[in-house]
Amino acid sequence: MAEATSRGYDPLATSGAWSRVRANVIVYGLLALFAAWYLLPLVVVILNSFRNLPEIAANGLIAFPRSFALNGWFAAWSTYCVGGTCAGIHGQFVNSLKMTIPATLISTALGALNGYVLSKWRFRGSEFLFGCMTLGVFMPGQVALMPWAFILGKLGLTNSTAGLILVHVVQGLSFTTLFCRNYYVNIPDDLIKAARIDGAGFWRIFRKIILPLSPPILIVTVIWQFTGIWNEFLYAVVFTSGREQPITAALVALSTNGTNVRDYDVMSAAVLIGALPPLLIYFFGGRYFVRGLTQGAIK
Amino acid sequence: MPTAKPSRETVARQPWHERLGSLLPQALVLPSVIATFFYVFVFSAWTFYISLSDSSLLPTYTYVGFVHYITLWQNRRWIIAFTNLFLFGGFYVIGAMLVGLTLAILIDQRVRGEAAWRTIFLYPLAVSFVVTGTVWSWLYNPGSGIQFLVRGLGWSNFSFAWTQSRDLAIYAVVLTGIWQASGFAMALFLAGLRSVDQDLVKAAQIDGAGSARIYARIVLPAIRPIFIAVMVVLLQFAIKTFDLVVALTQGGPGIATTMPANYVYDLMFQRGQIAEGAAAAVMILTALAFVLVPYSAWTIWRQRSAAADG
Repeated sequence: MAEATSRGYDPLATSGAWSRVRANVIVYGLLALFAAWYLLPLVVVILNSFRNLPEIAANGLIAFPRSFALNGWFAAWSTYCVGGTCAGIHGQFVNSLKMTIPATLISTALGALNGYVLSKWRFRGSEFLFGCMTLGVFMPGQVALMPWAFILGKLGLTNSTAGLILVHVVQGLSFTTLFCRNYYVNIPDDLIKAARIDGAGFWRIFRKIILPLSPPILIVTVIWQFTGIWNEFLYAVVFTSGREQPITAALVALSTNGTNVRDYDVMSAAVLIGALPPLLIYFFGGRYFVRGLTQGAIK
Repeated sequence: MPTAKPSRETVARQPWHERLGSLLPQALVLPSVIATFFYVFVFSAWTFYISLSDSSLLPTYTYVGFVHYITLWQNRRWIIAFTNLFLFGGFYVIGAMLVGLTLAILIDQRVRGEAAWRTIFLYPLAVSFVVTGTVWSWLYNPGSGIQFLVRGLGWSNFSFAWTQSRDLAIYAVVLTGIWQASGFAMALFLAGLRSVDQDLVKAAQIDGAGSARIYARIVLPAIRPIFIAVMVVLLQFAIKTFDLVVALTQGGPGIATTMPANYVYDLMFQRGQIAEGAAAAVMILTALAFVLVPYSAWTIWRQRSAAADG
């Protein structure tokens, strides 16, 4: 995103050189202080995943590493015991992928289609329908728990990744439709009209005009959905158990299990494995992530 | 706003299969509309009905009226959860907005490496509460985290054991919530600060106003709508807080940091008191409505008056 562009207004330039230096010290000092607070957990967890346990126990969690070990990562991935089975968390990591990727793609595709119809093919009542759909954004998960439990039971999808995909697609529709519709509204209607006069139909306009203009919003939506679904915990813990659990539920099972609490090396690696996909997406697609955030909140 | 509607005359003259084809857009959104309608309205009504039934271990549909709401409000645990919501909500919203605004103003001083600073302050939002709550719980743990570190540096009387104390644990949750959410407030405030009319600012500078005065008198009043938007979003987060507490304190020590959302989960899935859990869920929905209904009304009113002015 734009670095501080030439804005003509420079608060620090209003006074002399001395106070300018002093102001700089204050600004950068405060920023560094806040940054230390923000980075502390990340740094601690990364360092501890490569230390060995006796050294962590002796020197504490926040300490410069004086040992190096990869045991934490191996154990977390494939041998550590979670809920009775000792196969690490790689199974739950895969569950999360199997849940998050289809749910993200389906909800984004449907959102794009809904957004297209609700912005460019309005019909009587379509604005009202759109308004109702956005209400879904605010639904607290707790209110939907019992109905979902009943429906997943009837469909035979309890304790399955498919069930969680269904739940996340339905919940995600409100977000994806909102994002896409608000983006497509800004595409000039004249473009669509001209295409219609040339004889283009619904799908042709979608493919030839809308989709080529869509990458920015589709990237925002995919990133938003992926991180949201990957990080979700309530549905994960309620509707699945044991080996069917996504990674968030497994991490809680791991960390709240009394006997595991002190295995900080393995736990650090496990926590990082669970955080890695959204973190990578954030570091590589950060500007889209921020855009999704601001759009989601202001509109 | 003008839209490319299929004009009615052409629809009337078309043969039946093309006329059916012109219903394609409606047909395409229909499944999503039905699904969302179910999800929002039917699910809410369903949960409300369950709260009026005598469900315990399994949902049943025998109507018993509002008894579960009465027992809910007589339950000490729920009172604690609801008090925690106010305590947490207040400190968390104000704290995150203050930190977010401070960060936004600092970054607005044309700092070097703006992108890097922003990346640092926003990354907590990309990671789950399960992850951040777990790691912070270790750092708050007096035997291994911050207290251990400071004592090791020589201050052997230093004490930082909030998560172990019934009275202070909720503030550990607040602190972690602020850590997680103030980057979000920063991003929105920064976008707002950048949208303020620079001519106004320049005029004030020419008049000799210092930067503190310019912020207080011109910039911050101009972004008032953003304050309200940030506050509403944060309040909404506060009301829905669940995983953070699970990972950080598991609601403890004892029940000291239970939040309403945790209460719902515990009653429904740990204690088999589905009806009372549903009643608590309805109270969460009500709390959300208290925040969102006035906000939507205000937004619509603002749009209307903006349209009337423009």
